[in-house]
Amino acid sequence: MTTLFTNARLIDPEAGTDTPGGLIVSQGRITAVFPGGADAAKELPGHGLSPDEVAEVDCSGMCLAPGIVDIGVKVCEPGERHKESYKSAGLAAAAGGVTTMVTRPDTSPAIDSPETLEFVTRRAQADAPVNVLPMAALTKGREGREMTEIGFLMDAGAVAFSDCDHVVANTKVFTRALAYAKSCGALVVAHPQEPILSKGAAATAGKFAALYGLPAVSPMAERMGLDRDIALLEMTGAKYHADQITTARALPALERAKANGLDITAGTSIHHLTLNELDVSGYRTFFKVKPPLRSEEDRLAVVEAVRTGLIDIISSMHTPQDEESKRLPFEESAAGAVALETLLPAALRLYHAGQLDLPALWRAMSLNPARRLGLESGRLAAGAPADLVLFDPDAPFVLDRFQLKSKSQNTPFDTQRMQGRVLSTYVAGEPVYRRT
Amino acid sequence: MSFPHRHLLGIEQLKPHEITAILDLADTYVDLNRRAAKHSDALAGLTQINMFFENSTRTQASFELAGKRLGADVMNMAMQASSIKKGETLIDTAMTLNAMHPDLLVVRHPHSGAMDLLSQKVNYAVLNAGDGKHEHPTQALLDALTIRRAKGRLHRLNIAICGDIAHSRVARSNLFLLGKMENRIRLVGPPTLVPSQFAEFGAEVYDDMHEGLKDVDVVMMLRLQKERMDGGFIPSEREYYHRYGLDADKLAQAKPDAIVMHPGPMNRGVEIDGTIADDINRSVIQEQVEMGVAVRMAAMDLLAQNLRADRQAAAG
Repeated sequence: MTTLFTNARLIDPEAGTDTPGGLIVSQGRITAVFPGGADAAKELPGHGLSPDEVAEVDCSGMCLAPGIVDIGVKVCEPGERHKESYKSAGLAAAAGGVTTMVTRPDTSPAIDSPETLEFVTRRAQADAPVNVLPMAALTKGREGREMTEIGFLMDAGAVAFSDCDHVVANTKVFTRALAYAKSCGALVVAHPQEPILSKGAAATAGKFAALYGLPAVSPMAERMGLDRDIALLEMTGAKYHADQITTARALPALERAKANGLDITAGTSIHHLTLNELDVSGYRTFFKVKPPLRSEEDRLAVVEAVRTGLIDIISSMHTPQDEESKRLPFEESAAGAVALETLLPAALRLYHAGQLDLPALWRAMSLNPARRLGLESGRLAAGAPADLVLFDPDAPFVLDRFQLKSKSQNTPFDTQRMQGRVLSTYVAGEPVYRRT
Repeated sequence: MSFPHRHLLGIEQLKPHEITAILDLADTYVDLNRRAAKHSDALAGLTQINMFFENSTRTQASFELAGKRLGADVMNMAMQASSIKKGETLIDTAMTLNAMHPDLLVVRHPHSGAMDLLSQKVNYAVLNAGDGKHEHPTQALLDALTIRRAKGRLHRLNIAICGDIAHSRVARSNLFLLGKMENRIRLVGPPTLVPSQFAEFGAEVYDDMHEGLKDVDVVMMLRLQKERMDGGFIPSEREYYHRYGLDADKLAQAKPDAIVMHPGPMNRGVEIDGTIADDINRSVIQEQVEMGVAVRMAAMDLLAQNLRADRQAAAG
């Protein structure tokens, strides 16, 4: 079966282009990319084949881009399936244009053994309509004491190793884990934070936190954490990704590390790109994320760093929390927000604000994360997997959190005006979501 | 309506004329409280619940007395020993109380913003008696009333708030209130206890107390919140007293008629010299306690008027 996507606006992050054209998809892969408008397909060999052999998808001038590769999605299996299962997360991902979820191991229990990893892989394969690639914990129980069986876990399919928001505070343990991971060729995903300075913080130190009497952490804690990790990379030469860089102060260190040739990449979350500390006003716990939302100056600096490519990757940092864990006083409430379905429209805020063009956004959401994990996806090129998202970048809507497909609906974008909707999502050429 | 609020959650939401309205009404209650017969029936038939998730003696007593003088049925709930320990959430506690049809709920809670959460879920009036490090509105109102009566005005004064600003909800509420009334505010204390961000609100920040007290009209001392210190904000109490404790030498920097205030309870010899606290020519600390009852009567009276008006409107 061959599918012909015609009359599309192709968003090609590799070439950095946003041009009219179409695709031919066969056996789960893109077999050809062609330029031009509605009639361009007629010139192609194979045009005019019977409808039994070729299905045509007329994109009506809408955007066709590689599916999003989202590093750092939390699915709450094992342990808290009532918050999010592979089924609900998979449906949310498909509806959000995310074709590959790279899942986090910060479940309870943590995904820190090949047996647990096999369990979640099985659950994912059975229930999720999109690709699921699991990360595993770097240390047992994410306790920062003993490293996990990195080799066995890689054999079982772990694509990266992370203790998520638990910083490995013991520098000796972290150094050994980095050195060992390097010998396995494993990618370590870390959360750069000075753990003692940031302990107990619910907000970023600044005018807002001072006024509202919230325990706060200086934005400097992120730079200190990153500085430490960079020093350890110089020692070990490990392959490293900082999960979220959210402050201006951390950027020069990142830039120097890259210039010095270290194997380092950095990500940021969609919330830190589109919201700031003032959004928390009124103690709205749906805006409590980790690290906490930053100042507007930090936000703008991070947006600019994504534009220049200094920050490589945008993630949803999808973190489901039920109502009970959010309906508490701000300090006591759980951190995190669901974002699989809001990642794309939130990212388009940056496009509509004229800060990032669509190829730059897709470079950060699709091409770079795929490259960092050694995947073939994230591109619009012959031979690449046909993981695709078709979206209308302009369609306005008001977000109603109860319409989300996630089991948890803790989104900070509830009742907000957004622009841009996913029309359909394809994984290996097969539709996994169609907006009705 | 001169006071269009359902709850008293903080000073931040109040307008200057609303603050004045509370203070004016409180003045009449000061007179009432000085009479032999202290009763009014402003809250007759209404139920007031004092729910304190943190220890309090004076604030709780003040609210209890205020409610009783206005004729309310007052109940005290000590929540440290209660269902919270059994894992009940704040919202569940609020909903449980809601079902008992109280009219006024006075709450103190250790976490900032707890009242904002609670007030969204209930159909009675909530009075914030202190939430974490956020606000303590009735304390700021009683301070304002004390200043207004001692100085004859509540604007264009130089006011120094001294000590542990970082952990103080009293400081934040006072910063809002005195700022709204157009006073010059100085914050005085060591940098570990006075976050520099407060300078962004128009307050002047001093780490030298002699300089900070120069020519001020009001010296407002704060309690050094020992129970909140998770270590290492100051080297020792004696060094703190030496540098930031209010003694005659430092007070001499202020205007000769400057008044000295303290929200209590005091740590004598830590943040304030006992003889200054007891000096009836300088200290208005006892007046503050007296104003506290009057201000709380005024605030509950105004909220009860609104509550009754709302219910009448709802009943058609």
